[in-house]
Amino acid sequence: MKIFTPHFAALVSLLVATAFAEDLAVQGETVHTMAGEAIRDGVVLIKDGKIQSIGPAATVKIPAGTRVLKAKVVTPGLIDAHTVVGFSGILNQPHDQEQLEKSAPLQPELRAIDSYNGRDPLVDYIRGFGVTTIHTGHGPGALISGQTMIVKTHPANLEQALLNPAAMTAATLGSGASADKGKAPGTASKAVAMLRAELIKTQDYIRKTKLAADKRPARDLHLEALARALDGQQPLLITVQRHHDILAALRLAAEFKLKIILDGVSDAALVLPDIKKSGFPVFLHPTMSRASGETENLSLETAAKLRKAGIPFAFQSGFESYVPKTRVVLFEAAVAAAHGLSQNEALAAITIDAAKLLGIQKRTGSLEAGKDADLALYDGDPFEYTTHCTGVIISGVVTDAQPR
Amino acid sequence: MTRFRPKFLAALIAAFGHAAVLSAQETPLALTGAQLITISGETIEQGVFVVHRGKIVTVGPRGTAIPAGATTRDVTGKVIMPGLVDTHSHIGSPAAGDQSAPIQPDTRVLDAIDVRDASIQKAQAGGITTANIMPGSGHLISGQTLYLKLRDGNTIDDLLITNKAGRVAGGLKMANGTNSRRDPPFPGTRAKSAALVREKFVAAQDYRGKTARAKGDVEKLPARDLALETLVEVLEGQRVVHHHTHRHDDILTVLRLQKEFGFRVVLHHVSDAWKVPDEIAAAKAPCSIILLDSPGGKLEARDVDWKSGAVLEKAGVPVAFHTDDPVTDSRLFLRSAAFAVRAGMSRAGALRALTLTGAEMLELQAQLGSLEAGKDADFILLSGDPLSVYARVLETHVDGVKVFDRENEKDRLWATGGYGAGQPRAAHLCCFGTSEEAR
Repeated sequence: MKIFTPHFAALVSLLVATAFAEDLAVQGETVHTMAGEAIRDGVVLIKDGKIQSIGPAATVKIPAGTRVLKAKVVTPGLIDAHTVVGFSGILNQPHDQEQLEKSAPLQPELRAIDSYNGRDPLVDYIRGFGVTTIHTGHGPGALISGQTMIVKTHPANLEQALLNPAAMTAATLGSGASADKGKAPGTASKAVAMLRAELIKTQDYIRKTKLAADKRPARDLHLEALARALDGQQPLLITVQRHHDILAALRLAAEFKLKIILDGVSDAALVLPDIKKSGFPVFLHPTMSRASGETENLSLETAAKLRKAGIPFAFQSGFESYVPKTRVVLFEAAVAAAHGLSQNEALAAITIDAAKLLGIQKRTGSLEAGKDADLALYDGDPFEYTTHCTGVIISGVVTDAQPR
Repeated sequence: MTRFRPKFLAALIAAFGHAAVLSAQETPLALTGAQLITISGETIEQGVFVVHRGKIVTVGPRGTAIPAGATTRDVTGKVIMPGLVDTHSHIGSPAAGDQSAPIQPDTRVLDAIDVRDASIQKAQAGGITTANIMPGSGHLISGQTLYLKLRDGNTIDDLLITNKAGRVAGGLKMANGTNSRRDPPFPGTRAKSAALVREKFVAAQDYRGKTARAKGDVEKLPARDLALETLVEVLEGQRVVHHHTHRHDDILTVLRLQKEFGFRVVLHHVSDAWKVPDEIAAAKAPCSIILLDSPGGKLEARDVDWKSGAVLEKAGVPVAFHTDDPVTDSRLFLRSAAFAVRAGMSRAGALRALTLTGAEMLELQAQLGSLEAGKDADFILLSGDPLSVYARVLETHVDGVKVFDRENEKDRLWATGGYGAGQPRAAHLCCFGTSEEAR
């Protein structure tokens, strides 16, 4: 009889992972700090879960007794700018699908932290390739489906792993927002009209909350949540694919002075000047996303075009209703790197650029002293299909050490 | 069939200034300087590769004689390998069986495929030259599959392959597990699924017996039954069963039925293959596997793992890959081999799995799947190592005709996507849905 069943192994890895961060030194033949040039033969010293120092091996002294990990290539832990991992579970059965609630078209009050499952096997799966931070939550498919959160893919407790419990408000425009037959919204115009009406209602609610105590409206969780989208506290993440729907999103942002992020944006290449002029960033669809329906015009070269146009963007694994249940943001960046984006640009879009767009750049996204010790280790070019991720470190904890 | 003679065609091309080659070369084409990944033999560095009249005529090292009058192109630094064989694809949006019954071997992909579908252009852009086009997996038996050469065809007839028996080449699609389960008349359990299949094969055995005993006497022959006729081809070993199966117990059920009825089978998807490699090896059942970005998406695919290629290879099981397009993208088919290698499969085995092993599963290995003189001139020109993310398919040739050229603006659109690339492509996703019975 085998003693080491997979479940037992998983338990052990959890116990290991919940252990305190240890002092570590990571030696890399190439260390992509994403804060300046890559360091050849570099060392990252880690203490109390933070990066203590980083530099060429000749300049960083490793204290005696420190555990040393070696790799050919070291990068910051990867960041997935938009996913539903932890919400859309691996089994794709009704009981593990929490990313979309279809009972009403507008439900900004749905919080992400109330249904995130950090122990879904897909969280472990993507972490194994070096993904240490995800922006996840309510997915596309409703006019406003709910809120999102930013969390480390750490298997330990949620409190430690959370970077932002209420990051954005997830919206969808275009045919992707359509409700079931016979219910509103049924067209792209109706979706915009409904959203405008709701935002006007929210403006009124905000005005009234500033009145004298006896004239204030009763607390309304729904409008309270929308108010945070309206004042920019929780930017509106608008999933939108078609060029005309992209313009509708920009029109909406201008009317209500919204802070938005364009998500998906299959037709981006057709409206680059409009996007550029708006100043809003893009969370680009997975490079290898299926091209059909609203996404039929997507291209493997859109990332390179966004870069050339100077539009800030990050990569995402997105949402899959079927197989595969998630994509891996590393692979999406890799294919973009093979289609016009430079390796460094592609790596930036899943590390520091993503961190900046998510507002977590002070904590993670690059290898700099004082930042969280989130690292990914590889035995070659991280984008090559045949390279393995040989180690993952989150806040100084070695979460993965089996080559993947 | 075209009525234009080649000479007339050449004149026509010249007259209209088209660069596109519409037929195989009348003069030999020699490609020199490329690395030749022959699959059947050693890889040749800086080799000489010559095709003529749709066939490969020379595969040799530098200095090998080039036929007089050949057009020579220097492709130094590039890589040439056989055209890829996709053992399981849904390009051309075919459907066979409908929702009326779980067993429909009489239905044919032949009658349902759109050869102008953009998905076929995209497959060419991915280097695929031969594909087994299958109906979906929502039936125990969903219909007859079609082995196609991805020629630029005007009609389906232009893409067909005729097999040794003179019949249109193709297999039979079967499935078990949850995809073929739903409300009656479909089965509700795995045991019922197997019982329905056994019942039908027993009927086919009976039909075959009656036909044999009639000895051609029209009065004694059973009434012609298209479904049973097809299953008799399966029983006779003339038509290979391509069996969708995921879970380890479902895999063993296929092998049990195979043993009972003696049909020839290729196991497809085989998500749990790594759990039962010895059983598969003992049954000598080849496996066509899929490599997905992640496991899950349906219960049966929870444990799908890139290591299946390595595990099966080690057990001595022939392994090929498939795209299951649109489940994975035909343009990125090479990626399957690379991920299999990442998880421990040999490089040689993985490259063979993309080509010759796949051809064997479709019984086409005598004419394609490797770079050998005498075989069909089905090959691809790559910018670099086929297992690298940075490698690009530059050209795809079928029967010596260039069907994809990355330099060509229109072809490039199929390769990269962009506005217009999706237009003719209908979304055909067989298995979307969230409930178990949803396909």
